[in-house]
Amino acid sequence: MLQIAMGAVILGLLWALTTIGVYITYKILNIADLTVEGSIAMGAAIAARAIYSGMDPFKATILAIIGGVLAGLATGLLHTKLRIPPLLSGILTMIGLYSINLRVLGKANQSLLRLKTIYTVFGDLGIGKDRFSTQLGLGQTLPILAVAVLCVAITIFVLRWFFGTEIGYSLRSTGDNPRMSRSQGINTNSMIILGLMISNGLVAFSGALIAQQQAYADVQMGTGSIVIGLASVIIGEVLYARRSFLSRLVAVVLGAITYRLIIALVLELGMPASDLKLFTAITVAIALALPVFKSHWEPIKNSIRRRVDVTS
Amino acid sequence: MLQVKDVSKTFNQGTANETAALRNLSLHVKQGDYVTLIGGNGSGKSTLLNCIAGVFNVDQGHIIVDSQDLTGCSEHKRAKVFGRVFQDAMVGTSAQMTIEENLALALRRGMRRTLSRGIAPKEKTLFQERLKILELGLEHRLDTQVGLLSGGQRQALTLLMSILREPKVLLLDEHTAALDPKTAVRVLELTDRIVQDRQLTTLMVTHNMRDAIRYGNRLVMMYDGTIILDVKGEAKRRLSVEYLLNLFDQASGEEFPDQKALLA
Ligand SMILES: Nc1ncnc2c1ncn2[C@@H]1O[C@H](COP(=O)(O)OP(=O)(O)O)[C@@H](O)[C@H]1O
Ligand SMILES: [Mg+2]
Repeated sequence: MLQIAMGAVILGLLWALTTIGVYITYKILNIADLTVEGSIAMGAAIAARAIYSGMDPFKATILAIIGGVLAGLATGLLHTKLRIPPLLSGILTMIGLYSINLRVLGKANQSLLRLKTIYTVFGDLGIGKDRFSTQLGLGQTLPILAVAVLCVAITIFVLRWFFGTEIGYSLRSTGDNPRMSRSQGINTNSMIILGLMISNGLVAFSGALIAQQQAYADVQMGTGSIVIGLASVIIGEVLYARRSFLSRLVAVVLGAITYRLIIALVLELGMPASDLKLFTAITVAIALALPVFKSHWEPIKNSIRRRVDVTS
Repeated sequence: MLQVKDVSKTFNQGTANETAALRNLSLHVKQGDYVTLIGGNGSGKSTLLNCIAGVFNVDQGHIIVDSQDLTGCSEHKRAKVFGRVFQDAMVGTSAQMTIEENLALALRRGMRRTLSRGIAPKEKTLFQERLKILELGLEHRLDTQVGLLSGGQRQALTLLMSILREPKVLLLDEHTAALDPKTAVRVLELTDRIVQDRQLTTLMVTHNMRDAIRYGNRLVMMYDGTIILDVKGEAKRRLSVEYLLNLFDQASGEEFPDQKALLA
């Protein structure tokens, strides 16, 4: 049980980087960016291929991030320069990336078993080698957890700084009110491109970390990732969000972990794994519709409260 | 100062919806001019302001400020020169950001944005000082989200943002039209005070002929994409609403929409 929960937490943390990427496009830039599906697989493909070819896992991961940044750039250019609607721009990049990822990987999937990854490097440092962890059977898990927490923490730290800068402010205002932003002298096209690059860089980072964790990269692994990302963002927002930017980022991470715990739970309860995507889709649909439900529920709640007031 | 030279703008050219919004329009606004711009619905007032600010590219003609031709220049680059307030109070501010964040964005209008802090610590006192001018108590609410403010408060804030970094020309497009009458008067008085105090070169669109006569030193009336009246100084002070209405009727062969309200 501990191991299942731990596995869910780790998966949640690794996916949290994708979720933060989705948060940046969906919540800050106000764009539903489907590039994510391609860039997560791209991160995995680049990291896997590089590691398989003998590259240092840290360099391989950085290379993966650069790949994602370029994917974001492609979508950004399609949208801002060629005036293709953002949804379609993302789809075009995503489709194109499928072929690119196949080329990068050289085949549909690649195992990384027994190869040096970021986690084995940390494992060699001695994390999880103590007797206590070994007895609990966490010898493999602890280094992964350490890396995941570290990566998420650094990402949150950097993003919090970035969105507090002049450029960060401009990016936020561009997503919220592009007309006002232009009238205040902000180049909204550049900001959209920048946001997409940051977002997809993070998503590819996530893909690289996931591939190394499961010791396996697959060009299909991005399928449905945008929905998983959205689900996590919404769960985080509904359950944990506070006002400050930092707390919102933390909420997004907690949302990603919560999503994985929910999935682990329903699987434990006997739901076939093949139904997962349907389950996720329905969850997201309900979550997106929450404001609608709320607007129906509020009047009912208020009328009940009023009646209670009258009787008391 | 600001020269609009022989500008034409047609929307949806070559389709059934083709609309000539500006027809060979020329206007020369001098340094310190405070122009009120009136005209019926669809006469092209907003289009003129949008062409000046670079929201739309003109089909023909030039937009020149201080002998610098801005015609091909993109909107965000022109923002260095123009301060703007729009009719819709939602347009001029970022609802999700706080009052101070909005002001910080406006303080950097026309400047390179870098990776330094979005708000420098010493700027807060500047913002508080400036917000006091509005007399709305916003100086105590720097970290309030702008989305929580009323339309009038947002419009006053937008006005402050448009002049925080002094613009060469201030462009106001019916910026009090969507407010309730009492708030509209307050925002208009505030605008007048700011423009007079700072001697700002201003182009203010209004749908109210009385306001157009009361404020400013020059009045321009548009009809169907052209200027049909342009009076300054003493001649402007002697204008009457009746005269403007008559002129409008002559030009259009129809009655000015809010005529009765204006004469009431
Ligand atoms: N973005 C646009 N697309 C198409 N037609 C437009 C657009 N903006 C304005 N128009 C048309 O141009 C004409 C002038 O509009 P506008 O400048 O908004 O007038 P005003 O501000 O004087 O009421 C109108 O006929 C209007 O329908
Ligand atoms: Mg208008």
